Amino acid sequence: MSGSIGLSHYLAVAAILFTIGVFGIFVNRRNIIVILMAIELILLAVNINLVAFSIFLHDVTGQIFAMFVLTVAAAEAAVGLAILVTFFRNRGDISVDDASMMKG
Amino acid sequence: MLQGGEQRDCNRYMDLTAIAFYVLATITVLSALAVVTARNPVHSVLFLILSFFTAAGLFVLLGAEFLAMLLVVVYVGAVAVLFLFVVMMLDVDFGSLRTGFARYLPIGGVVAAVLLAEMMLVSSAVAEHGAVSLPRAPMAAGVSNIETIGRVLYTDYVYFFQAAGMVLLTAMIGAIVLTLRHKPGVKRQVIADQTARTTATGMKIMQPRSGEGVSE
Repeated sequence: MSGSIGLSHYLAVAAILFTIGVFGIFVNRRNIIVILMAIELILLAVNINLVAFSIFLHDVTGQIFAMFVLTVAAAEAAVGLAILVTFFRNRGDISVDDASMMKG
Repeated sequence: MLQGGEQRDCNRYMDLTAIAFYVLATITVLSALAVVTARNPVHSVLFLILSFFTAAGLFVLLGAEFLAMLLVVVYVGAVAVLFLFVVMMLDVDFGSLRTGFARYLPIGGVVAAVLLAEMMLVSSAVAEHGAVSLPRAPMAAGVSNIETIGRVLYTDYVYFFQAAGMVLLTAMIGAIVLTLRHKPGVKRQVIADQTARTTATGMKIMQPRSGEGVSE
C-alpha cells in the first residue's frame, strides 16, 4: 500500500521538530523565553520518537517513559520560568547575553 | 487474505490515515517553525500550543490515546499557560532581544541542516533494518491503551512513578521558594506568634463599670 504511514514517517517528523528546536536555540540566543520553548519542542520530538517506537514495537514501556519525560519537562518549565521571573525582578531585563551576575 | 470489500475498506482507511498524518505533521512542523521565528513571544506561545495540539493528534493517530490526552492537559493546560502568564507578566522590550537573529541565522541553519541530515539517515536506517523490522511481539488483545499503561506503570515502574512525583514536588517547592518575596508594609500571618499565644497573654478580664465602657 503506497499511502501507508510507517515508523519512518513519525521518526522524520520527530527529527524535523528536534532540528527546529536546536535551530531556535541558535537564532534566539538572547531571548531566554523562546529558548525554553525550543527546549519544549525538543522534548516533544523525543516524546514522538518514544511513542512511535512503543507503538511499532508493541511495547508499552516507551509510552511510560514518554510520561516521565513529560513530567520532567513540566518541572523544568516551572523552575526555569521561576528563575526567569526572579532574574527579571533583580535586573529589570531578561537578556541572557550579559547574565553574569553570579560571576565571582 | 482479505476479501475484496474488506481490502477496499482497508485501503480507504489507510488513505485517510495518511491524509490525517500529513496534515497533522505539516501543521506541527510549521507551527514549531513559527515558535522559533515569531517576533512576538505571545505568538510564539500560541504557536507552541498549536504545535502540541497537533502532536497530540499524531499520538491519537498512532494509537496512544492516553499520552495524547496527557499532552493536551499537561502541556496546553499547564505549561503553555504558564509560559503565557510569564510572557505577559514580564515587561520586556522583546524587539531588542532579537538583535542577534540575523547574525546567528547562517550558523544555526548549517548546524540544523547537518543535524537533520544525520537524524534522517539514522531514523530511516532504524526503521528499515532495526528492531522494528523484526516480527512483532503479540500485544494483549481487547485491552485499551490506558489499561495497558496502568498495568505496567503501577507494577513494574512503581518506583519510577514515585520518583516522578518527587520530581514534581521538588519543582513545585523550588518554584515557590524562588518567586516568593516579602513586601515591606504588608501585614502577614506569624504562625509562631499565634501558636505561642496562651490564655494569660491573649486575654484580659476586665470589669467595666456600667455606662463607662473599656478604654485601651
